[in-house]
Parts: sequence; C-alpha cells; structure tokens
Amino acid sequence: MDWRRFTIIALVIAIMIGTVVSIGLSQNPPLVIIVSMLATTIAVATPLTLGALSGIYCERAGVVNIGIEGMMLAGAFFGWLGAIYMNTVFHFPAMPSLLAGVIAAILTGAVFSLLHAVLSITFKVDQIIGGTVINILAAGITGFLNRQMFFGAGSVFGGQVPHSPGVLPSIHVPILSSIPVFGRMFEQQPITVAAIILVFVTHLVLFYTRWGLRTRAVGEHPRAADTVGINVIRMRYMNVIIGGCMAGLAGGYLTLESISSFEPLMSNGRGFIALAAMIFGNWTPFGAWAAALVFGAAQAMQINLQFFRALIPPQLAALQNSYVVGLSPYLLTMIILTGVIGRTTPPAADGKPYEK
Amino acid sequence: MQSAEEKGTTNRLRGVLDALLVPVLAIITALIVGGLIIWAVGGNAIAAYKALVQGAFGSPRALSETAVWSTPYIFAGLAVAFAFKGGLFNIGAEGQLALGAVAAALIGYALPVWLGIQLSPFIHIPLAVGMGILAGAIWAAIPGALKAYTGAHEVINTIMMNYIALNITSFLLNGPMKDPDPLNVVARTPPIALSARIPPIFPHLRVHWGFVLALLVAVFVWWILQKTTLGREIRTVGANPDAAKYAGINVKRMIIVTMAISGALAGLAGAIEVTALNYRHELGFSIGYGFDAIAIALLGKSNPFGVVLAAILFGAMRNGATRMQFVTQIPVDIISVIQALILLFVAADAIVRYIYRIRAPQDRVVLTRGWGG
Repeated sequence: MDWRRFTIIALVIAIMIGTVVSIGLSQNPPLVIIVSMLATTIAVATPLTLGALSGIYCERAGVVNIGIEGMMLAGAFFGWLGAIYMNTVFHFPAMPSLLAGVIAAILTGAVFSLLHAVLSITFKVDQIIGGTVINILAAGITGFLNRQMFFGAGSVFGGQVPHSPGVLPSIHVPILSSIPVFGRMFEQQPITVAAIILVFVTHLVLFYTRWGLRTRAVGEHPRAADTVGINVIRMRYMNVIIGGCMAGLAGGYLTLESISSFEPLMSNGRGFIALAAMIFGNWTPFGAWAAALVFGAAQAMQINLQFFRALIPPQLAALQNSYVVGLSPYLLTMIILTGVIGRTTPPAADGKPYEK
Repeated sequence: MQSAEEKGTTNRLRGVLDALLVPVLAIITALIVGGLIIWAVGGNAIAAYKALVQGAFGSPRALSETAVWSTPYIFAGLAVAFAFKGGLFNIGAEGQLALGAVAAALIGYALPVWLGIQLSPFIHIPLAVGMGILAGAIWAAIPGALKAYTGAHEVINTIMMNYIALNITSFLLNGPMKDPDPLNVVARTPPIALSARIPPIFPHLRVHWGFVLALLVAVFVWWILQKTTLGREIRTVGANPDAAKYAGINVKRMIIVTMAISGALAGLAGAIEVTALNYRHELGFSIGYGFDAIAIALLGKSNPFGVVLAAILFGAMRNGATRMQFVTQIPVDIISVIQALILLFVAADAIVRYIYRIRAPQDRVVLTRGWGG
C-alpha cells in the first residue's frame, strides 16, 4: 500500500466531509459537523472493514471468497436469533443475550465458510460459483427461517416478532473520549472497536508471524510451500474459517449494533463493497480499512445530508436526491476497480485450487 | 454388429443421458434435504411436495401459471448461460432485467402520447420490446467494456450495476415515471397502451405468446453458439482467451459483444414481463431473478435446451409453492433453500457422484476465472 493511494483516500474523504460542512455551515459549527461525520464514518465502515479483513484472510491463502455477502447475511440473522432466544426464551438479561448473539454470529460465519472451504479446497469447485452458492443459500435459509419462526402461525414465537434486547452499548475509550468535541469519535460500540483492533492484529499476524508467512506462501506459491513442508490444505482451511468468523461478526454489526431487527437481504451488497475495499487496499489490512472508510464516508454523507436537506444550494440540487447519493458508493467501487487510481496485484495463486 | 452410424447415435444418446444424470440426481438429493428441513421445522414434507406438484401441474390454470413463471427464467437463464459460454460471469441479470422493463414500459405508455397518434401493435410491440433489449444490452456492455479495457472483474462490476440500476429505477418510478393516478401510492409506471400489449394465447388463462418466444429464443441462442462464426469465436474466447488471441480473434471486442448479447436477453426478460403480463413496471417485482438465473444456467449446464428445462422446473416450483404455503403453511421461501441446494449439488458434482457412486467425466468445463484474468 503506497502513500499516494492513502493521500487520494484522505482527499476523497476530506471532499465529502467538506461538502457536508459547507452545506450545514449556517446551522452547526464546522468542528461539530466534522466530528459527527468522522464518528459516523468509522461506525458505518465497520461491516465493510470486517468484510474486507475476511477477504484478506481467504485470498492471502489463495481462496477467492465472494460469499462474504451471504456469510454476513447469515451472521446477521443467526446473531439476532441467538440474542432473541437467550432473551425471550431463556430469560437472560439484555447484555449477556447480545454477547451470545455476537458469538452466534461469528459461529454462523465459521459454519458457512467451512462449507465454502469444503467446496473450493476439497471438491475444487470453481470458487466464484462456490461463493455464489453460499450467497443464494444464505438468502434462502434466512428468508425461510425468518418467515417460519416469526411470521408462521404455530411457530416458536407464535407468529410475531418478539421484543428485541436492543443494541450493544457504546464503549467510552478512557481519556480519549473525555477530550472536548473530539471525544465523540471515541465513543463507539464494541464491534466497531473490535474491527479497528482486528485491523492492527491482522497486519501483525500477516506480516510478522510464522502463521502469516505461511499463509502468504500458500497463496503465492502453494507448490513451493508444500515442498518446504507447509500443509497447504490445512492452512487454506484455517484461513477461510478465520475469514468466515470476520464476515459473521460483520453480520452481527448489522443486527446487534446498528439496528435491533432483521430484514431479509439486509446485507444489501456490503459484502461485495467489502471485496472492492480489499482490492483497492491491495490485499493489506490498513489499505482495506482506508478504502472501507471511503465507503463509510459516502454513507455518512448520505445520513448527514438528510439533516441539512433544506439547506442544499440549487447548484448542488443532485445531492437533494437520495437516490443519487445512494448509488454513489457503487459508482465509486466501479471507478476504483478500473485501476485509474493505481493498479493492484492479487496473490499469485488466488482462486486456483491446489492439486498435489 | 452395429453400423458406425448406429454406434454414433448410441454414443450421442449416452452422452445426453450422462449429461442429465448428475442434474437429475442433484434435484432429487436437494428435494430430500429440503424435505428433512421441512420435517425439522415440524411440517409434513410429503404433503408439502404433493401440494407443490398439484399447484404446479394439477390443472390447466396451474400449467398456464407455471409457463408464466418460467418465461422470464428462460430468458434470464439464457442470458447467464450465454455469458458463461464466453467465459464471463454475468451476476447483473437482475439490473439488466429491471432496466429492460423500465425502458419497455416507457415506450409502452409514453410513445403514443409523445407522437400524438394511435400506433399499430405491429409497430408498437416491437418498439417497446426492442427498447427493453437495447437497455439491457447497454447496461451489460458497460462492465464488459470495463473488463476488456481495464481488466476490472465483471463479477463485482455487474453486482455494482445491479445496485445502481435499483437506485435509478427507484428514482424513475417514484419521480418522473410514477403513475399519476390519484389513487396510486406505490412506485409504478402508468399502464402501457393497449397497442403495446402482447396477447395471451388462450382466453381466461394468463399464459402468453412470450412463453413461445422464449422457446424460440432458446433455439436461436443455440443456433448462434453452435452454427455461426460469432458463436464459435465467443466459445473460443471462453475456453481459452490466449489461444483465441493467437487465432486472430479480437478478444476485447468479443468480451463486450458477449456481455451485450447476455444483457439483451436479460433486458428481453424484463420487456416481456411488462408487455405480455403486468402491462406496467412496478418496483420490486424483479428482485431475486438475477440469482435464480445463475442457478438455472448452472443446472442447465449452460446448454440452451438444458436452460429451458431448468427454467421450467424453477418456474413450476415457484408457482406450486404458493399452493404449498396455502395448504401446508410451509413458507414459500423453502423453495429458495431447495434451489440453493440444487445449485450446491450441481456445482459440487463430486458430492453427488460420491453419494451415488458415479464415475467422473473425463473433461471438466471451466466457467470462470479468478481476479487476475
């Protein structure tokens, strides 16, 4: 990840924040808007960051994973289901229920990624098709169980959605969160904090441990890795499952941290945007996080502009239309993928099954 | 002793049976697993499947509805299968279909108003359908061109184009193209003119000539792929782009053409839904077609006739599911699970071969490649 690319990312985020600041200037002081934008950006980038980390683990080991979207959706549903079960059926208090939900979300991601690993590593199914299978399966199972359990007569919850245990409360980072004005940025919910920690952890694991070296060897040149005694199949399985846990946690963000309900297909393309963030970040944790923040900023802009809707000047009338702002992250992804902002190199053996 | 000709026929027949074996076993296995899931949530799988079959084939009306459901599946399945033949993965059939529907609806209701005259159906229907085809083709050609000239992978780009299409469609159907009827509260276009409507085949049944057109288009796609130079070039690029380049084929142009034709077929699916069935476009009707189309193309092994069979199967399941939910209270969504399982067993044919102890075929078909190329 080169400095040029980080500069471009910083510039794009600055432009987006600047736009909102200049529009909202007459109502709020700039600093308040900037801090609010940054805080929202960091929060809404969480599922993208975790999704991108998921992709990094899989692809650094040589397995393409376009099933992150499905793993996220399944994690969101089963995490939410776990929390509700603990809370409503077993009468646990809200906080332990939510934590159980987080664990359920992570395990769901692991189970779905195990399926992806079996398909792509053991059965050598085309990995993009394997990922598509995961996506369709996740959409089908969550849609079916959602209707069967909550809306079907005679089901567990008697045909109605039970009261949810709410969302995970914010963590106040000591010292940092007591800074005036800027402190707001350091009041984040636990999965968001975990995602940021995981960016650093992934960087250390990938580039400074034996595990990371082996992972990269398996993804770049599996035959050479095999020759020196690394178990290629095992390394790939482990990394795909670790990646699945990240994708499941990203799903947990959607139903346990962002809002406290589940809707069919609520992952809404985040898994695919996360892949774009991974590619733009050139398969590095910090690069992917930075790219995820760009998408987060685009979403934060959309959210913040709703408050200032009446203040948007006629020259920027396009921004008044929520659909124009709504399609911007997708358009941005396509521009990034063309490589006009710099070429990227995937791991050499990415997507290729290993034949002994 | 068999003559050489008889031997050839026998071999071909065996080839067809071999090709059908794995998909059929995949369907059976998926239905068994689906039945176990129904049983696990406390339903009666036998009763559910019985209602499903009755709902799909039990009466002339059921058959008509199965054909109605199958029509867009055939077009969209052909779209994905066509791209597969060219080595491309078009996950964007959904967006192409939606924009095809929007374009056909626009021509359908607005053209007579713009021109201020009554149009003959022989002019109006081809114009509306043609516009839908064009919209789909353009929408798919964009990721094709990006792939050809920048190497950006079509999988992510076609998905992004789906979301962009969804935003554009939402904008149009809530804004400039919204049905001005004072009673209307949903995002939909006004009804299309009578002159743009494709009639039903039989009175009192909804099955329309679009279904017949879908079957003809399947033959046409087979003809293009197998009997024309264009088809040969597309298949060569799909099988081995490097070899195609050395053979003097313009690979970049072929990628764009393949995506455009694929998108045209998806756009046709949307246009037919508007001109032959709904007589307007309403937001949200097209959700899920894109992924269903992928499953259909894979189940049909990218063969146009296989796609028709797979599309009719999926159409029958979707249609029968309504009755199944009504009779047995099993949610229609179980169909999505069964479809995903079918796809799983078709994609991982090694699982099916292992369960039923079938030998593996000699050659494997490569459908897609990783990010690199």
